Amino acid sequence: MRAALRRPVGLAGVVLLVLVLAAAVFGPVVWGDRATAVDTADLLAGPSAEHWIGTDNLGRDLFARVLVAARLSILLALAATAISMVLGFLLGAAPMLAGRRLGRLITAAVNVLVAFPGLLLVLFFAVVFGVGARGAALAVGLAGAPAFARLCHTLIAGISERDYVAAARIAGVGRVRMLLRHVLPNIAEPVIVYATMAAGGVLLTFAGLSFLGLGVQAPDYDWGRLMQDGLNGIYIHPLAALGPGIAVVLAGLAFNLTGEAFASAPRRAHVLPKAGQPAPATAPAAGSVLSADDLRVTIPGPNGPIHAVRGVTFAVGDGEAVGVVGESGSGKSVTALAVAGLLEPPVRVEAAHLVVAGEDLLAPGAHRRLGTALAVVFQDPMTSFNPAHRVGPQLAEVSRFHQGMGRKAAFARAVDRLNAVRIGDPARRARQYPFEFSGGMRQRAMIGMGLMGDPRLIVADEPTTALDVTVQRQVLELLADVRRETGAALLLISHDVSVVTDVCDRVLVMYAGRVVEELPAKDLRTLARHPYTRALVAAVPDMETDLDRPLAVIPGLPVDPVETPAGCAFAPRCPLADDHCRTVAPPLLDGVACHKAGEAP
Amino acid sequence: MKKPAAGRWPRFALRRAARLLVSLWVLVTASFLMIHLVPGDPVRAALGPTAPADLVLAHEEELGLLDPLWQQYASFLGRLVRGDLGVSIASRLSVGETIAQQLPATAELAVLAFLLSVAVAVPVGVGMAVLTRRGRGRRAELAFTGTNVVVSAIPDFLLGVGLVYLLAVQTHVFPVAGRAGPDSYVLPVLALAIGPAAVLSRIVRVEMLAVMEADYIRTARAKRLTPVRLHLVHALPNAVTATLTIGGLALSALVAGTVLVENVFAWPGLGSSIVSSIVAKDYPLVQGTVLVYGVGVLLINTLVDVVLALLDPRSAIGEA
Repeated sequence: MRAALRRPVGLAGVVLLVLVLAAAVFGPVVWGDRATAVDTADLLAGPSAEHWIGTDNLGRDLFARVLVAARLSILLALAATAISMVLGFLLGAAPMLAGRRLGRLITAAVNVLVAFPGLLLVLFFAVVFGVGARGAALAVGLAGAPAFARLCHTLIAGISERDYVAAARIAGVGRVRMLLRHVLPNIAEPVIVYATMAAGGVLLTFAGLSFLGLGVQAPDYDWGRLMQDGLNGIYIHPLAALGPGIAVVLAGLAFNLTGEAFASAPRRAHVLPKAGQPAPATAPAAGSVLSADDLRVTIPGPNGPIHAVRGVTFAVGDGEAVGVVGESGSGKSVTALAVAGLLEPPVRVEAAHLVVAGEDLLAPGAHRRLGTALAVVFQDPMTSFNPAHRVGPQLAEVSRFHQGMGRKAAFARAVDRLNAVRIGDPARRARQYPFEFSGGMRQRAMIGMGLMGDPRLIVADEPTTALDVTVQRQVLELLADVRRETGAALLLISHDVSVVTDVCDRVLVMYAGRVVEELPAKDLRTLARHPYTRALVAAVPDMETDLDRPLAVIPGLPVDPVETPAGCAFAPRCPLADDHCRTVAPPLLDGVACHKAGEAP
Repeated sequence: MKKPAAGRWPRFALRRAARLLVSLWVLVTASFLMIHLVPGDPVRAALGPTAPADLVLAHEEELGLLDPLWQQYASFLGRLVRGDLGVSIASRLSVGETIAQQLPATAELAVLAFLLSVAVAVPVGVGMAVLTRRGRGRRAELAFTGTNVVVSAIPDFLLGVGLVYLLAVQTHVFPVAGRAGPDSYVLPVLALAIGPAAVLSRIVRVEMLAVMEADYIRTARAKRLTPVRLHLVHALPNAVTATLTIGGLALSALVAGTVLVENVFAWPGLGSSIVSSIVAKDYPLVQGTVLVYGVGVLLINTLVDVVLALLDPRSAIGEA
């Protein structure tokens, strides 16, 4: 409530609503006499100091009439909304109240009715109930019921899956009692929000009906009726039609804004503080396809900036395979996205240099050369292909866009590349949509997409995590084959130590946004010196693991990326840590960032 | 996952056709029952209390109201199949012919307004999504959503009144009412199109913003395409699905919205006649008009589903 009022939109809505309701309550009392006072000397007058928006054909003050009409307009709208709500709730709760078979029938009927626009239903019911305020209220109310029923049905369906409803059902609580005591309180909030907005819509519909002459009949009048009376004189006296129109819009807005303010929780904007001085630019490492110096990535978060990568320096040589391992949240995937140049503002990427395949990623520009020189394989093959396009053209796009190939030639190359990543019947597969591919096939097709160009570096971000074990093996072998054939370097991100040791020459171990150890892959299991690396390796079961003992785990939780500690980030979980570790961050020296490097626990 | 492609379309067509038929049956039955739901004697109500009793009886006989209900229903269905919608009580003209005369004017209005609202909403929505993505352009976002909420709160007939005042009464740019030359279409089409355009552009923007965060957009960005290609070829088709669903609803609401706008502009279409026939209790004419509106809405819904299935093949199998 308070949060909604603190936003300007919510405040405006509530203030408007209070004003409109006040007019509805007090309007007829205060202005009732003025609204009915006939003044034959002043017929159809224009706006004046005495009559702000003029008078009607009997000389009655229109401003007063607009204010008095508020009561009938609002009352009718609320009555119709109430009819919609009650009926809609009963229809929506039908599966629960009336049993399965009848419930399904009612739900199906509601689905048919929802397809018809509200106004058409209103006209239908207006025929049945006849012209007039009561008939119109019934018509608008009944016409709004299907949409309400649909909403309640969806909400109730969501609720009845919950444990406490199931528990109540098993306990033998009756249907009606269940609905009133267990279901209704839990769907009340969204229903009330929707009803508030619906009341705004009903108000407008009602104005429309009265405007057509199907709603309120003389001598009664609501805003729609006043508008209809005013429209005939719009040449000489436009405010007579526009005045009640403005009242309708303001009242509609009051309901809508109030509902909307309560519907959407306030979003707080988080802006990163201004960037500090850029680090002095350095030169990329010689003979490297990827070189990063003091790479820092900052992401705005709800509780302040997240320092996902905190000064990482590394290089990947031509044709080299480098693995990056670490737990979730260690910054390894963000590092991969940063070196692939795929992070966008408001995420901030800073470095002394960041050069990939000869392209300076810190310089602005499209980096078009990376379209062919860099291949990226993402974690989730199920979501990484565009569902709206066929697979072949998605691959072919690279050649058409970067290599100037025609549609046919590019498609032929796509088929050839799908064949190269061992997808059977590639010509047929290329004409299929991604959803017709299995996960492993998609990941191979993704690698094939990278092979459309002439990649010097393949960045693979957890390429096998989403796949099952047998498919993992195939994808890893394919990556190895591709490297053998193209001579491309590989940056493989993985949380799986055994995957990295199998495929890579060198391994970087990341923890809390920093590289804590860097060593040859073959030494990872035996020669690791950082306590974190050792713990990570120990946590991987192998053939010699004693299955009768509990599996090894790393105690504690990864560090909160918002609160970066002053000393070693691993110190709170480290068996060797002392006060020096907790206060002074260890630099990466001789391949390891640890004050106690190599010490036995 | 690997469904044979051949079986997909026939099954979709069958299911969609069945739904259309059920909806049509509901519509036809409802419009048949409409007369019977009217409290009292509908013919007496239509002709007024002073009409002679034998005239009322003659009309009741003509409408078949004296037969048993099932027989009336059967003959109603039979006449519908032959395209016979009955005879108007007031004008004694064939309802079918009356509607056939008025339908083109209404259809023109609805189709033009729909095309205009889509033509405005898609570029505006895409443009605003690009401008305001990831917390950029906060002022543009506030201005857009603010204008949008206000504009979509104004009902189409009020817009019509406002437009008449501004562009016809004040400045004489366009005619006030009636259907004559091309310029007489401008105001009614605008009045109908502005509301749906506001709603649609909001949907397009929200959908685009969601799509732009998808993994496959990251894949497309890894291909280093131009921003235009990224947004229009990779993002927009995926945003279209939800847009079209809402667009279909907007279009069918627009068909109904013609009723009000036609009355503002004295447009010689179905909307003007349905209101006067409801007031005059000319039930056969109302029945026929409601049927035509309803069928129009159902056809639009079906068309939207078919287009959706063509654009996004998953929707053809996904839908339960």
